[in-house]
Amino acid sequence: MFGQSIFGVHEQALNLRAHRTEVLATNLANADTPGFKARDFDFSATLSGAATGQGQGLQATHARHIQTSSAQRPALAYRNPFQPARDGNTVEADLEFARFAENSIAYQASLRFLSGRISTLRMAIGGR
Amino acid sequence: MFSIFDIAGSGLSAQSLRLNLTASNLANSQNVAGDPQGVYSARHPVFRSREMSFASHMNGAGVEVLGILESSAAPIERYDPGHPQANADGMVYAANVNPVEEMANMISASRSYQSNLEVINTHKDLMMRTLTLGQG
Repeated sequence: MFGQSIFGVHEQALNLRAHRTEVLATNLANADTPGFKARDFDFSATLSGAATGQGQGLQATHARHIQTSSAQRPALAYRNPFQPARDGNTVEADLEFARFAENSIAYQASLRFLSGRISTLRMAIGGR
Repeated sequence: MFSIFDIAGSGLSAQSLRLNLTASNLANSQNVAGDPQGVYSARHPVFRSREMSFASHMNGAGVEVLGILESSAAPIERYDPGHPQANADGMVYAANVNPVEEMANMISASRSYQSNLEVINTHKDLMMRTLTLGQG
């Protein structure tokens, strides 16, 4: 019944969603900063990398190698803006906000799944 | 996870400073002086992203106010010999504030303020739900 994790992929998904919230909040906070480039990461690629235990970054073959990226710190990429501003800013606040909303809904979905899993386990433990 | 409050909070404070400067510019838009140097000039904030190190590049980063620039536009010269502050030639110099520009700035700042506030509210909601995970 229990594979490697009771919570399946949602444990990592929740972490990644929280991190993406941070990245999108950064974009929104810097919506008026000259020269700021909006960033994001490929959620599904990062999640599948995290689920299979392979990060996207360079492989560290020595203990003193710098970790480039991992599931906790996915590789950020710059966004291709539809309408870049003259001051070099590439944040499109409305689009960022739409992504932020989508991300928080997905976070809640993962949270709901985890809750359901926990109550299932409680039921099993309680023998009801 | 909790740094989102920092990030969005830095956005709030930067935008409120911008609103503050807009208010100051509009309030002083009718200032006049007898010489071009003595008159109020429009002030605008300069924002910078708070990403200095490699570590914060990988993380999110808020915004900070690098400084406040005074506009270098020339003050508006007006011939008004009856004015108590007029110089020997009867000229007064009015502040170089452009009210239209200031209003546009004000709208932009208040929109940005709202979006940062919305981020905080949403994130607070999510955190409260996360805290009650597994209860009930």
